[in-house]
Amino acid sequence: MAAAVSPTSVESAPRIMKLVAECSRSRARAGELRLPHGPVATPVFMPVGTQATMKGITAEQLDALGCRICLGNTYHLGLRPGPELIQKAHGLHGFMNWPHNLLTDSGGFQMVSLVSLSEVTEEGVRFRSPYDGDESLLSPEKSVEIQNALGSDIIMQLDDVVSSTVTGPRVEEAMYRSIRWLDRCIAAHQRPDKQNLFAIIQGGLDEDLRATCLEEMTKRDVPGFAIGGLSGGESKGQFWRMVALSTSRLPKDKPRYLMGVGYATDLVVCVALGCDMFDCVFPTRTARFGSALVPTGNLQLKKKQYEKDFRPIDPECACPTCQKHSRAFLHALLHSDNTAALHHLTVHNIAYQLRLMSAVRASIVEKRFPDFVQDFMGTMYGDPTLCPAWATEALASLSHSVYLTGSREWEPLTPDSSKRIETPRE
Amino acid sequence: MTASKFMAIQQALQPDWFQCLSDGEASCEEATSIKRARKSVDRSLLFLDNCLRLQEESEVLRKSTIIGVIEGGDVMEERLRSARETAKRPVGGFLLDGFQGNPTTLETRLYLLSSVTAELPEDKPRLICGVSRPDEVLECIERGVDLFESFFPYQVTERGCALTFSFDYQPNPEETLSQQNGTQEEIKYADQTKKIKTTSCNQEITSFEINLKEKKYQEDFDPLVRGCSCYCCKNHTRAYIHHLLVTNELLAGVLLMMHNFEHYFGFFHSIREALRSDRLAQLKELIRRQAS
Repeated sequence: MAAAVSPTSVESAPRIMKLVAECSRSRARAGELRLPHGPVATPVFMPVGTQATMKGITAEQLDALGCRICLGNTYHLGLRPGPELIQKAHGLHGFMNWPHNLLTDSGGFQMVSLVSLSEVTEEGVRFRSPYDGDESLLSPEKSVEIQNALGSDIIMQLDDVVSSTVTGPRVEEAMYRSIRWLDRCIAAHQRPDKQNLFAIIQGGLDEDLRATCLEEMTKRDVPGFAIGGLSGGESKGQFWRMVALSTSRLPKDKPRYLMGVGYATDLVVCVALGCDMFDCVFPTRTARFGSALVPTGNLQLKKKQYEKDFRPIDPECACPTCQKHSRAFLHALLHSDNTAALHHLTVHNIAYQLRLMSAVRASIVEKRFPDFVQDFMGTMYGDPTLCPAWATEALASLSHSVYLTGSREWEPLTPDSSKRIETPRE
Repeated sequence: MTASKFMAIQQALQPDWFQCLSDGEASCEEATSIKRARKSVDRSLLFLDNCLRLQEESEVLRKSTIIGVIEGGDVMEERLRSARETAKRPVGGFLLDGFQGNPTTLETRLYLLSSVTAELPEDKPRLICGVSRPDEVLECIERGVDLFESFFPYQVTERGCALTFSFDYQPNPEETLSQQNGTQEEIKYADQTKKIKTTSCNQEITSFEINLKEKKYQEDFDPLVRGCSCYCCKNHTRAYIHHLLVTNELLAGVLLMMHNFEHYFGFFHSIREALRSDRLAQLKELIRRQAS
């Protein structure tokens, strides 16, 4: 690997990823991240706890679910309660009393989500605070400074993020700027021995731009790489191609973090494409709308059909919610004025995501990942051949179209319309 | 709602104890007419007799205990009648209805309360509804009440506050001082006390609690109450709770509720201890000093 090109000399970045198994028929890998607050098995799904809390779940509950790494957000925490206070509280770990690992996003995503309140220049991103109207500049240096104060185990570079629906010269500008900002982040990083700075590959949906970004960023000796700028409004066809391109050019011995991905199908396909880490607000957010994740899709528990359904959300699920409560009870709670159901569902949805990743990992280690994918798609869509076209394409690209059959007989990919299922089964 | 509808619901719920259907309207008015009070007692006794009869006829319901309700508004004569008559029925305990309100109205009813409980058998529990504040609880206990609702800690949580009042009546000055964690000073010098105006959930902050939304807790890395063994105090700081409240996070309520219940139940534990060792007066004095 080429040496870092930034002006300040940087020590060789730690190798935090240990590969445990690789699938021979896809790019899937099982591994272990060695992080300051303990090991993390990969592939891993990281729940998002934006403001130093996991939406109503205690640290103890999250730990009991087996979570060993979750996310905090630099932009939000930088405003409230602010890095000085968190530093006084012994870092974000101390402040929220989380004993395991934390990953902080740089604040870059807020550039897209709060686009009306922000302005991007070479210097950084200028935000207008939604709380008091105050203006603040989030530069690469400032972002790293805040993240150094937060003390998270993995920190993200500040990248120039554009929505994946944007086209034209802005995308190229953002890609090159992200490289320059990466170098500035590396230079500003005060604690490379304690915190792992990840680069974020940009380039939008343009193959050439992505390729350029990959070539440049992989010259920098960082402990890990994220694939950014996706999971916005782009088509799934474009999405998977950019993911596949990225993983094909990223070093094998460093973790690949695909940002903003959390739907079950997406997770499984992107593991096949060679990604190791994922984060998404989806499971926790959808819980707060009364939606429970299950292997066949989701249950909208507010609906009348669950009024007298005394089964647990998922009889196979070992989470506290499924051990103790019925769909009927949760339905009743959802129609009451207290928030208890939201907590129960958040617990379950996190458990679902973690269990899925665990199962994926086991299948890779036990050399049966393709069969796992087959079963997963079958359960989710009624038949493996009924999974979305983009997923079929993505998987087929890996192993010449026999992929989906695993060890079974090849079936033609023309679904029988009488078997087509419109909504996920329950 | 009729007696039979009511009992049908109880049959479905299968509670261990249930409060009998009663007429509590006399208690809702400012000044009860004797006529209205009499009616409330008559109706309640009628409901009770009907429910008891229906209970007899149901095997499922016989496993539950009926709690008789004492009505009568503020009319002494009617209260005594209600107590005596209800006591004649085979109920498992008694609920004293109509004593809810604010501390001033409770004060005027304390005499009524003593008179009522004097008519009730010693060996059956007495419940009261609508009374939950620590000082009011002690007044009622002195007058023969055994069970209370715990909505007070819930209300405290809902307004983003944490119970910090001391119930350690044991005369050990050093221990007391460190446990109170500066609360004594706060009570003496801070202007936190306000008269309670309404009985709704929007009650004002009492002097039994601290308001975690206040800016002064932003950098306070102490637990809510030093020495408290609840999950919140063992794991988190006032600064963290403050942050959760300011950012409107769900976890704030979760953690505060855990603490407030533990604190409140700790208070009741100390009441039982004080009664056993005949030190209720000391506990009462300690609470009185902390009341607004």
